Amino acid sequence: MIEFEVLGKKDTRSGFGEGLSELGKKNNQVVALCADLTGSLKMDAFQKENPERFFQVGIAEANMIGLAAGMAVGGKIPYTGTFANFSTGRVYDQIRQSVAYSNKNVKICASHAGLTLGEDGATHQILEDIGMMKMLPNMTVIVPADFNQTKQATIAIAEHVGPVYLRFGRPSVPIFVKEDAKFVIGKADKLIDGTDVTIVACGHLVWKAIEAAKELEAEGISAEVINMHTIKPFDEKAVLDSVAKTRCVVTAEEHMLNGGLGDSVAQLLSRNNPLPQEYIGVNDKFGESGTPDELMKKYGLESENIVEAAKKVIQRKS
Amino acid sequence: MENQQLEKIASQVRRDIVRMVAGVNSGHPGGSLGCADFLTVLYFDVMNHNSSEFAMNGKGEDVFYLSNGHISPVWYSVLARSGYFPVNELGTFRKLSSRLQGHPSTDKKLPGIRMASGSLGQGLSNAIGTAQSKKLNGDKSIVYSLHGDGELQEGQIWEAAMYGAAHKVDNVIATIDYNGRQIDGDVEDVISLGDLSLKWQAFGWEVYHMDGHDMQSLKETLAAAKGNVGNDKPKVIIMKTEMGQGVDFMMGTHKWHGVAPNPDQLASALGQLEETLGDY
Repeated sequence: MIEFEVLGKKDTRSGFGEGLSELGKKNNQVVALCADLTGSLKMDAFQKENPERFFQVGIAEANMIGLAAGMAVGGKIPYTGTFANFSTGRVYDQIRQSVAYSNKNVKICASHAGLTLGEDGATHQILEDIGMMKMLPNMTVIVPADFNQTKQATIAIAEHVGPVYLRFGRPSVPIFVKEDAKFVIGKADKLIDGTDVTIVACGHLVWKAIEAAKELEAEGISAEVINMHTIKPFDEKAVLDSVAKTRCVVTAEEHMLNGGLGDSVAQLLSRNNPLPQEYIGVNDKFGESGTPDELMKKYGLESENIVEAAKKVIQRKS
Repeated sequence: MENQQLEKIASQVRRDIVRMVAGVNSGHPGGSLGCADFLTVLYFDVMNHNSSEFAMNGKGEDVFYLSNGHISPVWYSVLARSGYFPVNELGTFRKLSSRLQGHPSTDKKLPGIRMASGSLGQGLSNAIGTAQSKKLNGDKSIVYSLHGDGELQEGQIWEAAMYGAAHKVDNVIATIDYNGRQIDGDVEDVISLGDLSLKWQAFGWEVYHMDGHDMQSLKETLAAAKGNVGNDKPKVIIMKTEMGQGVDFMMGTHKWHGVAPNPDQLASALGQLEETLGDY
């Protein structure tokens, strides 16, 4: 029987805040920039502990990205913080030229990603950011699953020289990654072994995938669950090894189907081992106002949707 | 360096520019010619820099960012002539696999370049960021940047301007290539910049003016700005230039912003520019 210890419940952005604070104490090259969302990004601790290394940019995200690239030239490791929408869509060209093409050691840290931002609605609920970021050469894209993993990833990316996009969120979600786990960029975590279907998920959908696996188990279906916390570089081996066994896959993400995790899996399978795939994600629609739970339900991003998709994809196996 | 010597270098830089652009029948000669004197003075007289061993982090050196990346020919020529890479490499400008990309990039690792530019409006943010990192590092050197006047229509420039003053980034010296022309015509007709000097002052910058074709004015103004590093104010120099300076038929018009001379025009241009250091 699948058992997963829940270690508590916290928002992933708080994992970022704690990670940044811890990192600030041990690496004095780390600097942080924020565009008037210090509290929302939980950057207050770093700001308080390192006032000389914290830069309040005001509501000027384009400038923030350009500054960060300039600081990286001078040997600093800049972490920029704002909402995911303003971290990507608003500043795509600045990231493209000054960070990705110029290959600067900038960590773009993006909170309030996806539908779970909630009531503010579609203007703030970006669902395209993973796609935009993974399309950029030189960019590493990370979507951690819970508080602990976000904290670990925040610390780990300082050791990686090059541009990183780190995506996390606002709502409180179950913590299941061990506090002392080691975050390895590009190395997926296999959370549950299974034989009938592979579920590949990232971010908030990982816990829902675990719940789905439990529900499937109760119905006699054995699901393998992979936490694909790094979208790029993509852990191809983890997926190929798993589907070699299960022969089908469900992908689950709080993101647009176009350009997301599901697309990465599909591209991998079509090249190496074409097998049936079902997608959990948002299909070419903007979000809207509502509570995070209501929105996840309305847009079909719940564990029961994963269960349904798993049954469907198993039926499609030849 | 003596003004006469600087003028000789600038003349060779202008020859390089028209030959590079004519060689691939593409590129931006107008603004390049207009900034030849400035970049010559900056690299041969003003900046403290190490051209023999290029360090990306610019530690202990003055750093320059070309924000209006389309005038890459003048920058490439000045970099080569000051020893960053072989002068003969100028002949590869805009050609396949060249380190001298159409717009400056770090991708092909051309020594002397620390940031890609071309999409306008980003260089001031980059310069201020590096200037702040220098302060954190206890590095007293200066960060210079160059911007087109048309480029000031980009909003990010003014985000950076506001930030630079608010954070008292006094070790940055930005220069505006104030030639009054952009692709679609005169800046005044496309989107007027209004009173540029007052705008920068209102944003909290210390404003200087210089003649972009007078070596003495360039030297004195840059020295004055340099002398005020440490006074809590970022510095901007509005540099009056003529697009196409040095080649009579390219002056007085915006038409040579991004057009290459044909062989006859090239011959005419070279006839007006003394070969002083030997063509590449």
